[in-house]
Amino acid sequence: MTTDKATTVRARAEPIRAVPVRHPGRWVAVAVLAVLTAMFVHLLATNDAFNWSFMVDKMFRPPIIEGLLRGTVLMTVCAMLIGVVLGVVIAVMRLSDNPILRGVGWLYTWFFRAVPRLVLLAVFGNIGILWSRIEFGVPFDTQLGQLFGIDNLQLRLFGFSSRDILTGFMAGLLGLALSEAAYMAEIVRAGIQSVDPGQTEAAQALGMGRGQLLRRVVLPQAMRMIIPPTGNETIAMLKDTSLLLYVPVSVELFFQLDAVGKRTFQIFPMYVAACLWYLFLTSILLVGQYFLERHFGRGYGSAGRARLRLRGMAAETGGNPGKVEP
Amino acid sequence: MTELVVPAQADAPAAESDVMVRAEQVHKSFGPLEVLQGIDLEVRAGEVCCLLGPSGSGKSTFLRCINHLEKIDAGRIWVDGDLIGYRERGGKLHELREREVAAQRRAIGMVFQRFNLFPHMTVLQNVVEAPVLLGREKKAAARERAAALLDRVGLGDKLGAYPAQLSGGQQQRVAIARALAMQPKLMLFDEPTSALDPELVGEVLDVMKDLARDGMTMIVVTHEIGFAREVGDSLIFMDGGVVVESGNPREVIANPRHERTKSFLAKVL
Ligand SMILES: Nc1ncnc2c1ncn2[C@@H]1O[C@H](COP(=O)(O)OP(=O)(O)O)[C@@H](O)[C@H]1O
Ligand SMILES: [Mg+2]
Repeated sequence: MTTDKATTVRARAEPIRAVPVRHPGRWVAVAVLAVLTAMFVHLLATNDAFNWSFMVDKMFRPPIIEGLLRGTVLMTVCAMLIGVVLGVVIAVMRLSDNPILRGVGWLYTWFFRAVPRLVLLAVFGNIGILWSRIEFGVPFDTQLGQLFGIDNLQLRLFGFSSRDILTGFMAGLLGLALSEAAYMAEIVRAGIQSVDPGQTEAAQALGMGRGQLLRRVVLPQAMRMIIPPTGNETIAMLKDTSLLLYVPVSVELFFQLDAVGKRTFQIFPMYVAACLWYLFLTSILLVGQYFLERHFGRGYGSAGRARLRLRGMAAETGGNPGKVEP
Repeated sequence: MTELVVPAQADAPAAESDVMVRAEQVHKSFGPLEVLQGIDLEVRAGEVCCLLGPSGSGKSTFLRCINHLEKIDAGRIWVDGDLIGYRERGGKLHELREREVAAQRRAIGMVFQRFNLFPHMTVLQNVVEAPVLLGREKKAAARERAAALLDRVGLGDKLGAYPAQLSGGQQQRVAIARALAMQPKLMLFDEPTSALDPELVGEVLDVMKDLARDGMTMIVVTHEIGFAREVGDSLIFMDGGVVVESGNPREVIANPRHERTKSFLAKVL
């Protein structure tokens, strides 16, 4: 041990006192940004077109808050719930051995990804033009009746007026949810495919059926890959609820702000209010996403898995076996 | 230590009823590549059959055909008298439904080179999962038996650990326990020690020897010549999709008759 001591004594070198590298470019950038910020603040404060007092007065009115809660928040939640569930179903269809299911799944994603959301919503808003009533029963009943010589045969179980159901909120929800399902299907499919095929084989070798191994083995592992992009989709969905203006859905944030603006000839302040509202809402989601990604992103992915394996090795060679991620 | 589910039959006579696995002229191609070119094999109940051969000779593929993870192109495979993957009716073969194939697989345990444990489940959950999910037994009973099985493979103190917290040797022993939990009649091992550090190979081989002593029928793809010599009842040497040589492991290893067997053994010994 004497040699060790000797080396540590000798190793105590003089601390470094070097002149740090200067960054003159940074100071120039700060100066430019300061000037630009001052100009922007000046614009906000002095240009009457902003009409701040009017904006603040209007943007918290009850119809606007109701539109925010129902047309934006509730719509986002509902559309994402339906989108995720339907997306899983379509992803499983697309990965199925059955060529018919695969084809239907492909057709679905092709259609809903190829048509822009805005156009889709306009179509769903006007779909009542196709049918005045929507009814469930035996298909082609009148035609079949004619075949057997019965006039105007009707075999209907129940139905409702499409004007009652397929306008406003329901039409908008249908448009957003069906379109979301197509994107979620792609995300879920990628997640499922990212799971080691050895997992499926092990489950099959144990005698599990396809549904069982998907539910118990593959999907829980695919979640790590699926959850972070689903956060992105939720944020995109929240913003896309503003497209409901074209259905139209009247109990919705942007519709309400737009209406106030047009009614009062103060369009610009209300659009600024819209910017502020969406900034506020998406910021909340961004915070949530940060924590979600930190939770699900850790220890996973190929690098993460390598880290897990390393940890296992450390445990074997006398490291700390119980320790899981800092 | 618990009783194993398989009755000891190691010294049973070679009657037809004792045949656990029979393969006849098994062919399998991947595209233009004919990986299996007519494999014949017979393994009696309680026997340990060791499958040797250079990499790419089709050993894994053949093993996967036995539990129908791969569909064969020609030939027949029976396990305990059941034709695998098909039903023969009126001189015609009918494909089995997925559910029926799954049922056949339950009688056949498989252990993989890379363990393939379920990483999101604890050791105990890994073992309990299939028997409970497939309605074999109630959760409490399954847990009790799983704990006993894990104790048997020397991991009674790791029930709550996740696979990533275990060494390779420990993971492979969990994988063996997981397969045994389904109470299989036959165990397939695909190079169970090839992914392990040398010092961890012994603990897995010990579990397998223990299993063989208890009369489990096993087909083992391995490069562990010592294991084949010690516990093998038969040895099959494959190369290029055909069986080159087979016989008593001690005799084949001591006096290989074929050139290819000789050169392979020279490399692995
Ligand atoms: N799913 C597959 N698709 C195409 N080729 C395959 C597939 N599985 C195995 N092979 C090929 O079959 C041959 C035999 O493989 P394998 O049975 O794994 O050999 P072994 O286990 O003896 O090393 C190899 O040439 C391999 O590339
Ligand atoms: Mg192999």
